[in-house]
Amino acid sequence: MAKARLKEQKIIRDWCKGCGICIAFCPKKVLELDAEDKAVTVRPEDCICCRLCELRCPDLAIEVFKQEEE
Amino acid sequence: MAVTDYLRERFFPHMWCPGCGHGTVLNSLLRAIEELGLNKNNIVMTSGIGCSARISGYVDFHSLHTIHGRALAFATGVKLSKPGLKLLVPMGDGDALAIGGNHFIHAARRNIDITAIIMNNRIYGMTGGQFSPLSGPGKKATTAPYLTIDREFDIVELAKAAGATFVARSTTYHAKESIEFLKKAIDHKGFSVVEILSQCPTHYGRKNKEGDAPQMLENYRNNTAKIGSKALADDPSLIARGIFVDVERPEYCQEYDQIIERAMKE
Ligand SMILES: Cc1ncc(C[n+]2csc(CCOP(=O)(O)OP(=O)(O)O)c2C)c(N)n1
Ligand code: SF4
Ligand code: SF4
Ligand code: SF4
Repeated sequence: MAKARLKEQKIIRDWCKGCGICIAFCPKKVLELDAEDKAVTVRPEDCICCRLCELRCPDLAIEVFKQEEE
Repeated sequence: MAVTDYLRERFFPHMWCPGCGHGTVLNSLLRAIEELGLNKNNIVMTSGIGCSARISGYVDFHSLHTIHGRALAFATGVKLSKPGLKLLVPMGDGDALAIGGNHFIHAARRNIDITAIIMNNRIYGMTGGQFSPLSGPGKKATTAPYLTIDREFDIVELAKAAGATFVARSTTYHAKESIEFLKKAIDHKGFSVVEILSQCPTHYGRKNKEGDAPQMLENYRNNTAKIGSKALADDPSLIARGIFVDVERPEYCQEYDQIIERAMKE
């Protein structure tokens, strides 16, 4: 099976409260907080699309879209 | 359907504090409902009062935001009048087991087909951090500046003893597990209880020096273990997670229907 690759990680900036949960528990350290304390995708190429960030986000601010497999 | 189809997005961003576990419970509950493919027009959520109870404002189901401790009483009324509807009742630990403790044990005793979700942050979040029947001894709260002395309830044991026919426990760290338990609970015919340990970084976390939200989640990871696991056998001080009860017993509305039938014959 081909490795899951990230197509897009949608983060609703207005909903994110900068709690850091997605960042602390991402197994691949894909996310960081920016200067305004909002989560941003900084290493999209490392994402394994496990969706843990999406499922744990208390503010429902993250959605992970996988690339369609060939 | 997408998860956002079950949300009242116009009320977002929601009112919960940064890192509040109650948002993750909402997240898990919506995923469970989406995965079950339920029609939102058949779902009724009743809630009482508390930070937790605010959840009913955010879901695009039929919803009743009622009075403190009485969410299950309202749910019982709705269910008896329209047994075809799915009743979901999220409650804080204070809402469910302090002021609402009686409603909780009697709903369990009757085995009425309602799913109770206890968002247990071990404190009264909304009113500023008073201790609750779930705080346990040795905890700091605004009403216990010199630490609590009360023993806490064990929600699983209490629900079991009162007669609930489905009882499970998870945490906001274990979101996938919570979704799985919620799906089973919602599918269960009878009174189902899912306790989800849910961090309140603002009051409980700050007063008890448990750190920020990610740190509190890490504690859930380190201080809990799956029932039947080696980790739990080796260290019984860990909090057990899992499905503790899953049995069948006559359901209240069905029994009541039989009474109606009998009465109509006479
Ligand atoms: C009859 C009544 N008594 C007391 C209150 C005050 N009150 C509001 S919320 C609450 C407790 C909230 O704690 P919990 O149910 O654990 O929910 P949380 O806010 O922690 O999510 C209390 C005592 C009330 N609203 N109504
Ligand atoms: S978990 Fe959600 S609210 Fe918290 S920082 Fe990440 S995106 Fe923002
Ligand atoms: S999907 Fe998994 S790997 Fe990708 S950003 Fe989220 S937590 Fe990290
Ligand atoms: S006070 Fe506690 S329970 Fe209430 S919203 Fe804030 S973190 Fe959540």
